[in-house]
Amino acid sequence: MSKPLKQIHLAAHFPGVNNTTVWSDPKAGSHIEFSSFVHFARTAERAKFDFLFLAEGLRLREQGGQIYDLDVVGRPDTFTVLAALAAVTEHLGLTGTINSTFNEPYEVARQFASLDHLSGGRSAWNVVTSWDAFTGENFRRGGFLPQEERYSRAKEFLATAHELFDSWHGDEILADRETGTFLRDAKAGAFVHTGQHFDIHGQFNVPRSPQGRPVIFQAGDSEEGREFAASSADAIFSRYAALEAGRAFYQDVKSRLAKYGRGHDQLLILPAASFVLGDTDDEAQELAKEVRRAQVSGATALKHLEFVWNRDLSAYDPEGPLPDVDPVVSEEHISRGRAQVRMYRDPLATAREWRELAAANKWSIRDLVIETGNRQNFIGSPATVARTINDFVQADASDGFILVPHITPGGLDVFADQVVPLLQEQGVFRTEYEGRTLRDHLGLAHPDQIGDDRRAAS
Amino acid sequence: MSSTPSSSLHLAVALDGTGWHPASWREPAARPRELFTAAYWADLVTEAERGLLDFVTIEDGLGPQSSHFLDADERTDQVRGRLDAVLIASRVAPLTRHIGLVPTVVSTHTEPFHISKAIATLDYVSNGRAGLRVQITARPNEADHFGRRTIPRIDAYDSPAAREVVTDLFDEAADHVEVVRRLWDSWEDDAEIRDAATGRFIDRDKLHYIDFEGRHFSVKGPSITPRPPQGQPIVSALAHDTVPYRLVARAADVGYVTPYDVDEARALVARIRAEQNAAGRAAEPLHVFGDLVVFLDDDPAAATARRERLDALAGQPYTSDALIFTGTAPQLADLLQDLHGAGLSGFRLRPAVAGHDLPAITRGLVPELQRRGVYRRAYEAGTLRGLLGLARPANRYAATATA
Ligand SMILES: Cc1cc2nc3c(=O)[nH]c(=O)nc-3n(C[C@H](O)[C@H](O)[C@H](O)COP(=O)(O)O)c2cc1C
Repeated sequence: MSKPLKQIHLAAHFPGVNNTTVWSDPKAGSHIEFSSFVHFARTAERAKFDFLFLAEGLRLREQGGQIYDLDVVGRPDTFTVLAALAAVTEHLGLTGTINSTFNEPYEVARQFASLDHLSGGRSAWNVVTSWDAFTGENFRRGGFLPQEERYSRAKEFLATAHELFDSWHGDEILADRETGTFLRDAKAGAFVHTGQHFDIHGQFNVPRSPQGRPVIFQAGDSEEGREFAASSADAIFSRYAALEAGRAFYQDVKSRLAKYGRGHDQLLILPAASFVLGDTDDEAQELAKEVRRAQVSGATALKHLEFVWNRDLSAYDPEGPLPDVDPVVSEEHISRGRAQVRMYRDPLATAREWRELAAANKWSIRDLVIETGNRQNFIGSPATVARTINDFVQADASDGFILVPHITPGGLDVFADQVVPLLQEQGVFRTEYEGRTLRDHLGLAHPDQIGDDRRAAS
Repeated sequence: MSSTPSSSLHLAVALDGTGWHPASWREPAARPRELFTAAYWADLVTEAERGLLDFVTIEDGLGPQSSHFLDADERTDQVRGRLDAVLIASRVAPLTRHIGLVPTVVSTHTEPFHISKAIATLDYVSNGRAGLRVQITARPNEADHFGRRTIPRIDAYDSPAAREVVTDLFDEAADHVEVVRRLWDSWEDDAEIRDAATGRFIDRDKLHYIDFEGRHFSVKGPSITPRPPQGQPIVSALAHDTVPYRLVARAADVGYVTPYDVDEARALVARIRAEQNAAGRAAEPLHVFGDLVVFLDDDPAAATARRERLDALAGQPYTSDALIFTGTAPQLADLLQDLHGAGLSGFRLRPAVAGHDLPAITRGLVPELQRRGVYRRAYEAGTLRGLLGLARPANRYAATATA
């Protein structure tokens, strides 16, 4: 007897600040104008996606002391865009990445609770920590939070926000005109939190929202990040959209749930994934090559190499061989404001490995960056892509995907029109929204139904 | 063709819960159970837009409302709780086309970097209709919600100790606004070049570090959000005293004052103009709006009766920092014209009961003003700056860069 098929979760990531987006394509529109967000959100909702996702970065990236100018630069404010999108959509979940280091719990909890009210229960919070003094220079706190305190602040921030969300139970507002009782309880919203990072008390001033709490996402991959997710998140935004790496990550994270008294279904794994579609598999492969070359110009390739070499490589020819000089190993990095920098923990070893790869394959600098850099995850005809996505999900490489198209804002249209119907035919993706809230779409219980196991466990 | 006579006055409404009278939620026209829904706010703002108002402000606070000046109370007979004003404004922006959206922003506990990009984005989602109303808070209980500073306890706003605390908070607010404004200018308008030939998305020479160093914060910049459609969205502030008048004079596009009669209005405008001169901004347009609470009905007795009924429900007469007007639309129009003559360029009306007095403004007062030829008959501009007769400002950094 075969297992029933898992239902796939799909979400749409509005392309952000990185070289995934081919801004030079004539079909590329604005990353800022609201009409782009409306188009994107409506496409996602037409396709019955679970939610729309926005990333965040709170300082413009720099390379060699100058603002990085080769990729899309600039983005609007997350809360503002999501609240406005709530007006032009009815079902689509609205997920915002909000940093726990450069915000305060009272304000962020108010914003998410407000978004949940104003969207009728569709809000989600991707909690990120991304600490660096560089970004801190834009904020009151400054860059003074020691790195090891990132996750401890994030954990306490989230726990505090939950205390604020839970400080209203949902039945306090009577608004009884006859008796003149607006509030059942003068203490509605009362809270006291004493901890290592926050010592706050008073009254939260937003009544309980439709979802009780926003859905919580986590997006960090370290040991601490995985534990944080297992203890406290409803979903993970991960980077493992390839089959074997995805399965390993999935197993690892899901196996951590038991110790927090949580069930297998209480944490969804949703990697970021890109796609390139063609009428045939061959056509899609050709198109994918073109997209890669558009994403990685010669100039971009040199800049990417600088992440590892940590030195100015502008004198090199991107169509020529890799530099024969070695990377500079230093605390100071040529690139600032990029999370990926941490991927290059041993630059000397990476450089050695890349030189060997390039020599063996006769790759130029640009070829190397194209071949080793961000890969497109799903390339092929709509049938191939639909089948592959389903295979990945059924094999527990993920519970679905957060798709990042390479064209803004129309890059999702072809997926919505051609791939989604096939997934629906296979019976693995909804044809209509069954509930109204994001928790409904994701199959997550309302926090009032699961009780306080999360807090009790931590 | 402009349908607005040059003598035209401006009108805004201040939205706060079910209205400004603490018992307003008990009126038949109030919708107290819907205060936390988008539909409620959408209905109010579209009603204001139907009346061709310049803008709405949306009140906010970082703690529960209270009948005490500086502390929380324990009352259960008044509206408590509210949604974030910037999010409300954003939520209604796509549902409206002309009216300005001016949420309250509390400078005391927020990050100017976040506020700057939020209001810039409100300007994008509304196609040029955003503003903010900056406010300080001296409430110790609100400081306790953040836990990163203590605000010295004061007993009233007019003691010397209070003056020191409030001056400090207003200085910080001035810095806050300065940072927000510099961040709005930190991208030149044409910074996005998408130059395929060189592979550059932006011209980084048109992005500027703001390098602000102040007593309460320092901010590097540039913003992550490009310069908003209006260049500089509207900054506004309510002011009752010299220190806040100075903030208005130095930093605002619109100041709200609370005169009780024509003479006081004239005096307040003079004080603000003097501060404006002192700040070297004499040549810049600065609107001074009068704030009034309004009970509007078809006959004066009905308005008075309604006010008395609400006062009885509240258990005490309603008092306000602003003049409380009770009467008919023609009477209010007379008063507004007199105050307009004393130098106020517009008014921010605070409906005592939102569900009653807002439609009375849009369907009673506005037609009355139109009949008198002192109010627009159609929206004449696409942006809030345009409605207020303010030009789109040049970018401060572009000027220095080309010098
Ligand atoms: C797939 C993925 C997406 C992320 N997106 C963001 C983002 O949009 N903004 C941000 O500030 N950090 C983002 N991060 C950074 C993480 O929140 C975290 O700070 C970073 O990965 C370092 O933590 P770690 O060592 O646990 O991985 C992302 C991380 C991952 C893995």
